[in-house]
Amino acid sequence: MSADILIAIVITLIGASTPILLAALGELVVEKSGVLNLGVEGMMLIGAVTAFAITYNTGNPWLGIFCAALASTAASMLFAFLTLSLSANQVATGLALTIFGTGFSSLFGQAYTGRPIEIFRSVFPPELVSHPLLRLVFGHSPLVYFSLFMVFAVWWFLRRSRAGLILRAVGENDLSAHSIGYSVIGVRYAAVAFGGAMAGIAGSCFPLLLTPQWAERLTAGRGWIALALVVFAAWRPFRLLAGAYLFGLVMTLELYAKASGGAAAILPSEFWAALPYLATILVLVLISLRRSGYSAAPACLGKPFLPTN
Amino acid sequence: MLYLMPVAAVIATGILGALVFSLIGYDGVGAVREIFLTPILNPLKWQDLAIKAAPLIIIAVGLSIGYRANVWNIGAEGQYILGGLAGTGVALLTRDFSGPWILPLMVVAGIAGGMAWAAVPALLKTRLRVNEILTSLMLTYVAIQLLNYLVIGPWKDPMGMGFPQTVRFTAEQTLPRIVPGTIIHAGVLVALLVALGAWFVMARSVFGFQVRVVGAAPNAARYGGFSVNGTVWLTLLVSGGLAGLAGVLEVTGPYGRMVPSFPSYYGFTAIIVAFLGRLHPVGVIFAGLAIALTVVGGDIAQTTIGLPNAAVGIFQAMMLFLLLGSDILVRYRFRRAGTAMVGEAA
Amino acid sequence: MEASVPPRLELAGISKRFPGVLANDQVSFAVRPGEIHALLGENGAGKSTLVKMIYGVMQPDAGQIRWDGETVSIANPRQARRLGIGMVFQHFSLFEAMTVLENIALGMDAKIPARELESRIRAVLAHYELALDPHRVVSTLSVGERQRIEIVRSLLLNPRLLIMDEPTSVLTPQEVEQLFVVLRQLAAEGCSILYISHKLHEIKALCGTATILRAGRVVDICDPAEESSRSMAEKMIGGNLKDVIKDKGRSFGEPRLVVDALSVPAIDRFGTSLSDISFSVGTGEIFGVAGVAGNGQSELLLALDGEVPVAPSAIVIGGEAAGNLAPGQRRKRGLCAVPEERHGHAAVSDFSLSDNTVLTARDRLGMVSMGLIRSGSARSFTDRVISEFSVKAQGAGALASSLSGGNLQKYITGREILQNPDILVIDQPTWGVDAGAAAAIRQAIVDLAAGGSAVVVISQDLDELLELCDTLAVINGGRLSDKLTVGEVSVEEIGLLMGGIHGTAQETTIGAGAKRAVSA
Repeated sequence: MSADILIAIVITLIGASTPILLAALGELVVEKSGVLNLGVEGMMLIGAVTAFAITYNTGNPWLGIFCAALASTAASMLFAFLTLSLSANQVATGLALTIFGTGFSSLFGQAYTGRPIEIFRSVFPPELVSHPLLRLVFGHSPLVYFSLFMVFAVWWFLRRSRAGLILRAVGENDLSAHSIGYSVIGVRYAAVAFGGAMAGIAGSCFPLLLTPQWAERLTAGRGWIALALVVFAAWRPFRLLAGAYLFGLVMTLELYAKASGGAAAILPSEFWAALPYLATILVLVLISLRRSGYSAAPACLGKPFLPTN
Repeated sequence: MLYLMPVAAVIATGILGALVFSLIGYDGVGAVREIFLTPILNPLKWQDLAIKAAPLIIIAVGLSIGYRANVWNIGAEGQYILGGLAGTGVALLTRDFSGPWILPLMVVAGIAGGMAWAAVPALLKTRLRVNEILTSLMLTYVAIQLLNYLVIGPWKDPMGMGFPQTVRFTAEQTLPRIVPGTIIHAGVLVALLVALGAWFVMARSVFGFQVRVVGAAPNAARYGGFSVNGTVWLTLLVSGGLAGLAGVLEVTGPYGRMVPSFPSYYGFTAIIVAFLGRLHPVGVIFAGLAIALTVVGGDIAQTTIGLPNAAVGIFQAMMLFLLLGSDILVRYRFRRAGTAMVGEAA
Repeated sequence: MEASVPPRLELAGISKRFPGVLANDQVSFAVRPGEIHALLGENGAGKSTLVKMIYGVMQPDAGQIRWDGETVSIANPRQARRLGIGMVFQHFSLFEAMTVLENIALGMDAKIPARELESRIRAVLAHYELALDPHRVVSTLSVGERQRIEIVRSLLLNPRLLIMDEPTSVLTPQEVEQLFVVLRQLAAEGCSILYISHKLHEIKALCGTATILRAGRVVDICDPAEESSRSMAEKMIGGNLKDVIKDKGRSFGEPRLVVDALSVPAIDRFGTSLSDISFSVGTGEIFGVAGVAGNGQSELLLALDGEVPVAPSAIVIGGEAAGNLAPGQRRKRGLCAVPEERHGHAAVSDFSLSDNTVLTARDRLGMVSMGLIRSGSARSFTDRVISEFSVKAQGAGALASSLSGGNLQKYITGREILQNPDILVIDQPTWGVDAGAAAAIRQAIVDLAAGGSAVVVISQDLDELLELCDTLAVINGGRLSDKLTVGEVSVEEIGLLMGGIHGTAQETTIGAGAKRAVSA
């Protein structure tokens, strides 16, 4: 296989990984604060349809991404209100959010079915973008650079900043954080909002980066894979990056296999389509085999905060 | 209070839905009328309600038992597909035979298929503590691909003019209709029996007690001599088996053959049904009918006033949001009753 | 008190009402600068509520709080800390997966660079001669070390009033003495201390004044030096102390429960592993397991009652190997147990008492036939527990969560004892329970043993063990000491064993200091 094709595959792989990475980064922060939001898939769909509609009508992908983040944040606030202010069950509410997001995107996307928009390409000078080797560095969409920056930003926030310390404390022991005087609910609202914004931006990757045409349920379960990835990464941002790219590889394997001929011709295409989901299960199995008996999950993950006074 | 809330949630969804859909430029009042009232007022639609509610009720009864034990099987859609596939497999193998044993065999195969698909998350959760939410869901996507592969590949009807579907089942492989002159099939009766049986078991038996203890306090369950892992297995097998049952009843009833459009989101919709029914088997019967109403009504609204089918999902999600939000009112009463002691101990 | 120096803290007519209960009723008292002031009362007397109002966690419904003579309203803990009020909670507000340094940083209102904070922590540690490594993760620390984090966290703010809520309930006798040295040094430097406890000999040893609360009211303000422990206790409970009646001349029969080289790996990263534990308990014997919290007590209970399976031969019930039996099978063989945690372990909070009876009594008392629960027999047994153990509850249908701690503990203990177990294992039988209920539970345990049952009492309250038990052993770091006979062993010896096996040089010197403090 030529180096050209290899580079093309790497660029495709990075693109395919980016929405999962963004959504998983958001969910990582949410879970670190002790909240389990299973609505990632739904919020991504809301982001996807918003980004598509705005970009289609204005031609401005930046505005599309911004509005996608806003719309998904609004949806995440519905989740936050129910689970944090009304202490509703987080699992059920997250599922409801996904069902809602699916309906929402189908309803508003219907008018756009089959219509194309332009891919949100690299903003670097064309000679760099099309350079045979340098395009590995400069040939990506701004969304890709943003996702890489956010990996670092989330790491810094959680490990180095005081706000991150407080957020981890809230996820580790909400009652203690409350008794010291921190606003558990406030911190969690902020975390859920961040997760919503990131899921929205992740959703915008689908029309802007991957499939520049509207189709129903175009996220195809990637939100759920993002959730699995957070577990796989043991709640660490840089491991998340590695995991996301690993998944990108699995998802582009079909391309790779077809380019090289051989095995791909024997295995049915349904197998390749099912592979990312099988890989997710496999990864979850491997991660629990490696872990000796305990989990690295934040101690309060998914539990409602019910102060005694 | 506890059981009035779902009713209130349905009514509030109607009002809120009319408002929201009017705001975004649809005929909101018309949508609510067509979705919530027309199916009830038009007796011709009652049979549709019954056959849409049946699979929802069967699946939701199983899910609600699991959710009671804090076992979050959200892959019922995959188990439903596997149930249908297993039944179809038996049907394709028994085409050359005849006898009253064929249909029961298909049903048993369907249940086993659903159970097998649910056994994977059960095994991974009990052995390796892998979260069942993710595994059961991932297997749904795998099940869809498996279905596609089979109907496009080895199971494709050679006489089907290229359509990706299996041959039509024989009469002995098809569910009998139980109300003459309607499309109401035996699955509706099965749904009722399943729900009532589950009610009795959950209320009176040691198994039901075990499920409730494991869900409320796993440490207390272990102390009381109940195996938490055993409960995970049992609840996943029961919910998977019931989803598989719903699948095989659908494929032998309304469908009559396996087609690529067989996955109909019953498995996901049943999650809403389970919660709307307060995880109580009898509640699930009513919730199943209420959600079937939105499904049947959604079809009507699509043809009469051009409301997109996706709107139904929004109505369903709204219902669930409102119900979950109203839970605090129920809990608040309990907490007030208990606060005297809590305040003292604090 | 001189008129020129106002009290550091003065409460005037403080009242606080919760739905259905008046937690504090017109409470007034004052704490002088540099004074160690005891706040004494039973569980439920209203101490915690009062303290939460002083620390700004809740607001009083009526009355005034004065600070250095000026009326203040303390809206939140942050404001309390700004005034100079520090608090060490009974249940530490610590974050297990984080380091000491991170935990302390979280407790500071101002943002301080990590390096500067660390040097200030080291300065405080040196000044009060406390041993603590700022970079250790909390989950690896002993209970005494955890308390030091809380103390250092408070001291870094240079408090002028330090509130200590039941600080000694989890410490060894030696650690208690070490704590008292620090508190006396603090008081000598002018810091007032509000010391909350129900341990009377500690109050006599430490405090200059004691305010006694009962049912939300101040019943007396006295000088502990002029009172006897008994007189203070009777003011606290508002009646006569009831002693446990125990026949001294009992003899024990053949071993009923034999534990032989029991080892269990830790359940999770915060757990303790048990190694090579051996003991035997005869019929009629009450065997105590002493030790500081977190040294393997809960793990021992889980291994004994079958919640964690162990090697078959490690546990022998009535001569037969039982280590691999599940809890239900062990109950059938006659072993019943009461775990420490009432809510969510010994009982299901959201269940009725009747359903909680089904939880553990269904097999021994035939409450199941053909897989179905006979709810009638569960109800009648529950009624019997309620009446024989004087449980205050609205019948068998009452939710477990609606009972007070003491009543729920009486119900749970009664539920197990009335099943006539040959062996009873009970962890922290009177933890957080009022004196009346505690006396009733202790008497029931003694009566059960008198009837020929073997009893294992696991407790962190050494006084309780010395009162109840015939023999005892000390658990430390998952290892059990040799069996000691109560009456032949001194508190100091037990105390050394409690802190002993992994004792550091630091703790040894403190042990010596402690003896000085006692003799002084």
